[in-house]
Amino acid sequence: MNVIEFNSVYKKFKKGEKFNSIRDSLPNFFRKTIVKNELDEREFWAVKNVNFDIKKGDVVGIMGPNGAGKSTILKLLSRIIVPTKGSMTINGRLSALIEVTAGFHPELTGRENVYLNGTILGMRRKEIDEKFDEIVEFSGVSEFIDTPVKRYSSGMYSRLGFSVAAHMDPEILLVDEVLAVGDMAFQAKCAQKMRELLSSGSTIVLVSHQLDMIQSLCKRAVLLNHGEVQKDGPVGEVIPHYQNIVNQQNEEEMRRKINLSENRVKVDTAGLIDIHKVIISDGQKNIKNDFSTEDSIVVEFQYETKKHLEQPIIIFNITRADGVLCCSSRSDKAGLKINTLNGVGNLRIHLGQIFLAPGIYLIKISIWDKEMIHPYIERSKEIIRIQTNESITQSPGVFMPKITWEIK
Amino acid sequence: MFESIKELLKYHDLLYMLTLRDLRVRYKQAAMGFLWAIFMPIIAVCAGILIKKAMAVVAQQPIDTKGILSISVKVLPWTFFVSSIRFAVQSLVGNGTLVTKIYFPRAVLPLSSTLACLFDLAVAGCVLTVLLVIFNVGVSIYLLWLPLLILFLFSFTFGLGLLLSAANLFFRDVKYVVEIILMFGIFFTPVFYDASSFGQWKFIMLLNPIGSILEGIDDIIVNHLAPEPIWLGYAFVSSMVMLLFGLYIFYKNESAFAENI
Repeated sequence: MNVIEFNSVYKKFKKGEKFNSIRDSLPNFFRKTIVKNELDEREFWAVKNVNFDIKKGDVVGIMGPNGAGKSTILKLLSRIIVPTKGSMTINGRLSALIEVTAGFHPELTGRENVYLNGTILGMRRKEIDEKFDEIVEFSGVSEFIDTPVKRYSSGMYSRLGFSVAAHMDPEILLVDEVLAVGDMAFQAKCAQKMRELLSSGSTIVLVSHQLDMIQSLCKRAVLLNHGEVQKDGPVGEVIPHYQNIVNQQNEEEMRRKINLSENRVKVDTAGLIDIHKVIISDGQKNIKNDFSTEDSIVVEFQYETKKHLEQPIIIFNITRADGVLCCSSRSDKAGLKINTLNGVGNLRIHLGQIFLAPGIYLIKISIWDKEMIHPYIERSKEIIRIQTNESITQSPGVFMPKITWEIK
Repeated sequence: MFESIKELLKYHDLLYMLTLRDLRVRYKQAAMGFLWAIFMPIIAVCAGILIKKAMAVVAQQPIDTKGILSISVKVLPWTFFVSSIRFAVQSLVGNGTLVTKIYFPRAVLPLSSTLACLFDLAVAGCVLTVLLVIFNVGVSIYLLWLPLLILFLFSFTFGLGLLLSAANLFFRDVKYVVEIILMFGIFFTPVFYDASSFGQWKFIMLLNPIGSILEGIDDIIVNHLAPEPIWLGYAFVSSMVMLLFGLYIFYKNESAFAENI
């Protein structure tokens, strides 16, 4: 049985702060509103033609980069907003672990707020009566339950909110990334509660950026991008797609940054040496930027000096998109002694099979004087993209070497 | 709309808790506590007496206790109306975090704020009853009309509250306009004076639905008279129309609240 059904759901939002003119909006307030299918210049589709069904007992992860429409889907599911077009049905008592403290009033005591928040989330007073002790026990604020919550620490505040929401026993549960409340002990309790919910057979929709969480909890994932469903299927198949989108965005971001820094006026005007071109290849004369994990990589660059450079040191770095330095090599340590660098020449760096995990990496080459005090030049413009076969799911870590297992 | 009202009734526990919240918040950390509920009526009655005195001086007549009692009786429903509208207008925007984050029938918000004011009216009503007994006003069979008139007053106020709370969500000017109208509304409503003092123009004062309800309440409590059938009927019709119109507008716009707040 389908508990959630989305049939080509569209949702339109407005950009900017401009209001409709009173001539348009006042009649709309009193009369039936006509929904236009086209977009105004100030409008955009936050969610476009979204179709999916969720069956009873499914645990589904919804993922996507920022702005993909995840929050809109959550708001649609929790019935805070209604679709512009299309239809959706929800069968069963739904509750959301989102904004669990929204219903709190700071002036009221913890006890009063448990009842208030509970009823706002859709519980009955009798239900709260029954579970009250359990809720307070779970939150760990029993000592202060008769203190106004405005005197609570932010941790106590969110713990109490989470405890109320966690005791709802819903048929459908929406979870946003709220599980990161409280200290280790409380997190363990939350994880325990999640497992209880999972085993109780309730339907769970999880929205998260944390891949390991989705991977460990969900069997199925829905990937959204630009408001559309891009992939819907087993988690293992969807995650590489997600990874690709993130990588693409990282690459664009990085290129933008490189362009920005190029336009900036360089302080270093010595210009004793120039790096003319950097060629990245797989060692077999195939010049490219896209590699797969097991490819060998060769980086070659051409330099031109204006003066003799005495015993320069060349440093080669590979940095991941998020700024993690993955590997670094120094010419003198790597056994290349250069006495003088003069005129035009080529330098080649053989990386071999370095088994970088799929992602976007930035290559940085810098040339220093022999004391390593003053850089002659620094260049970080080249990007390499490492991709993998779709069947392999992402593993955490910088490198993905070929590891074989064996029982002896 | 029928469906929506059924859902509203399903959420009666929430309604109860929100009303309780409004009351608790109002009386928490307030040294005067429940005295607040009668503070505004007392001040209003004092103002009324002052005006009555001035009119008596002009007319060169002694001031009568009956007139003062009439003012006291009419001030309470009037203050209920004013404070209900004032709280209801803000009820959606003031609870914006709830409206944008959690689903529940939105009508609970203006309804609970109106109910909280009804509670204040009940507290002040008890004090007034003691006062009426002291002044030996006496009782009559016509007092049985009182619950009906209060019901009309409540329906009208709630209907208007629904309409204004929704309107204020879309157009924030509503709040200011309402504030000004409420401030001077007392001069357009027969609270400090009787509609009958306008002679043949009395009906103009009674066309104001609140005016006809107030006059009705005054008649049955102080004057021991049955309410005038025409104006009772008018109060009934106007309050029902206002309630239905308020509900219609509110539910028509409800789905757009979260994204327009």
